[in-house]
Amino acid sequence: MAELTYRNAVARGIAQEMERDPTVIFLGEDIAAAGGAFKATVGLLEQFGPTRVRDTPIAEQAIIGAAMGAAMTGLRPIAEIMFSDFFAVCWDIVATQIAKTRYMTDGQITLPLVIRSGNGGGSRFGAQHSQSVENWAMAIPGLKVVAPSTPADVVGLLAAAIRDPDPVLFFEHKSLYATKEDVADGELLDQLGKAKVLRAGGDATVVALAAMVPRALEAAEDLAGGGIEVTVIDLRSLVPLDVTTVASSVAATSHLFTVEENPRLCGWGAELASIVADECFYDLDGPIVRITTPHVPLPAAAELEDLALPSVERIAETIRVRLG
Amino acid sequence: MTEVTRATAVPACEPPSPETRLELYRMMYRIRSFEKRAYDLFLSGLVKGTSHLSLGQEAVAAGFGLAMHHDDWSFATYRGHAHTLARGVPMTPVMGELMGRACGLMSGKGGSMHLTSVEHHMMGSYAIVGAHLPIAVGAALSAQYRESGQVAVCFFGDGATNIGAFHEALNLAAVWKLPVVFVCENNLYMEYTPIAAVTAVARPAADRAAAYGLEPLVIDGNDADVVYSTANELLDQARSGGGPSMVEALTYRHGGHSRADPGKYRPDDEVAAWLERDPVTSYRARLVDAGLAVAGIELVEAEATAEVVDATERSTASPPPDPSLVEKDVFADGGATWRN
Repeated sequence: MAELTYRNAVARGIAQEMERDPTVIFLGEDIAAAGGAFKATVGLLEQFGPTRVRDTPIAEQAIIGAAMGAAMTGLRPIAEIMFSDFFAVCWDIVATQIAKTRYMTDGQITLPLVIRSGNGGGSRFGAQHSQSVENWAMAIPGLKVVAPSTPADVVGLLAAAIRDPDPVLFFEHKSLYATKEDVADGELLDQLGKAKVLRAGGDATVVALAAMVPRALEAAEDLAGGGIEVTVIDLRSLVPLDVTTVASSVAATSHLFTVEENPRLCGWGAELASIVADECFYDLDGPIVRITTPHVPLPAAAELEDLALPSVERIAETIRVRLG
Repeated sequence: MTEVTRATAVPACEPPSPETRLELYRMMYRIRSFEKRAYDLFLSGLVKGTSHLSLGQEAVAAGFGLAMHHDDWSFATYRGHAHTLARGVPMTPVMGELMGRACGLMSGKGGSMHLTSVEHHMMGSYAIVGAHLPIAVGAALSAQYRESGQVAVCFFGDGATNIGAFHEALNLAAVWKLPVVFVCENNLYMEYTPIAAVTAVARPAADRAAAYGLEPLVIDGNDADVVYSTANELLDQARSGGGPSMVEALTYRHGGHSRADPGKYRPDDEVAAWLERDPVTSYRARLVDAGLAVAGIELVEAEATAEVVDATERSTASPPPDPSLVEKDVFADGGATWRN
């Protein structure tokens, strides 16, 4: 057991899998010699050499296209898209090529690849380097979508993503890179599609993802001070989606809140709310409430960005008011 | 008519052996016969959707197809029937896929624009212009990493040379010295617009080659002998560690861009001049001039015709795909399940 940052967990997860599988290679902008724009991949070049850890030009279509071509011919590539906003630059290869190839070819082609990316706001980078784009990926059949909130989950879910036979988009949250916790030594292997119940309480179910998880936990602590006990679930993965864990919690609490960093329309919580309304309607004692960023691009100034993103205070206040 | 520049970087080669020439002719004649039948099937409503024929462009597919090793990879465009047949895929599954039948190469799930046969190392037909160039680069990276000796061959049209992915792919292939051959089939028109009207340079592929340290190479893409020897040269270069290359093969569509296009935007005299340089009929005349037995040529033609008839009958008789295929193979577990 040793303390590990979310940032260093990325390199640990990649190294763990590169050690056990020589077909795993890693490519992206500034990921090798520089150790990554967020210093999340420091040491990998030194450990595995330039044949397996490759700096690329700023050419997202080439990076993701090369990962796809390598994946269909025997390798298990990990590609990095430095900021998730840059997915828009190569979205054809992700959404139209990678996601559809197995289906269109009647299962002839398998694409075991992982695309890691720094996602989300809170870093005062402005509208083009702060987006939460996991819902873009969730809308495309054929992609798996993972977004861990803790260092241990980064290692274990990254390992599971790399070993998975399908393309996985792995969203690391930029504002979590500096967070840390004690993590067990040795190999860590988690499971995609399993949500985690982080706190139990009978008054409501609060489902969150990535950077919204610690905020939801803090809000829960605040609410507990006022006598409201909520369950907090870290969804961890959008595809596959762990409906069972959420539904069984709603059956016990009768109230559902989602905490989403994405702008309002078509966030993952909308899909979850739809499922719960459809399948758990008679368990509910009140409306399903989504706590999201308003439907705006993220502003750069600290005061404005803090107003836009769901804050601990807004989460707690919304739950308090809506529970009556 | 556009002037044809002979290969500048490919040394003069002996003509292929008579046996090879007959096989080049066989492949071109098979493609020609298949594509004509595909067109007829559109008109009779048995092929739906859209389709892009290679009538007039057969020599590029045949020349490369015969020169490639069995385990070299092809990456083609939506105009990919020819490249699929050229890798040895039988006609019936290709025809069946065009017709959306159960016997189709992908059981009807892909259609004309996405023909793929991994067994034949035909790694896909890609319908977004330019998208497959970086994907071919990735296959070449895999070949280099695994030291497998394989080469990725990426066919694309002149229109692809103006899209970003073309430039990203060429640069990365050159930087990593990957075993990939880029083959531009320049048929002078993107869809309806002449490539020359919207491109800054006269040779859309070759004039860009120098930017990536590659030889500018333009060949007569309607001459199967030239294509075949060029292919051998460039495949050898890639296989021996010499890195990527690009060739611009000048050719011409006999028809329009796709099923719905009569191709009326092309001047009559231009069309007539290119029809005179038909890669199939001109090659037949060359083989006869070279002393190949006419009986042998006619046998090749009869076999190809019979194959088309057989493929049409089998595909027409094949049932529609099983309904269960709608939710099959989104994910590697064989299904489409995204939740528990």
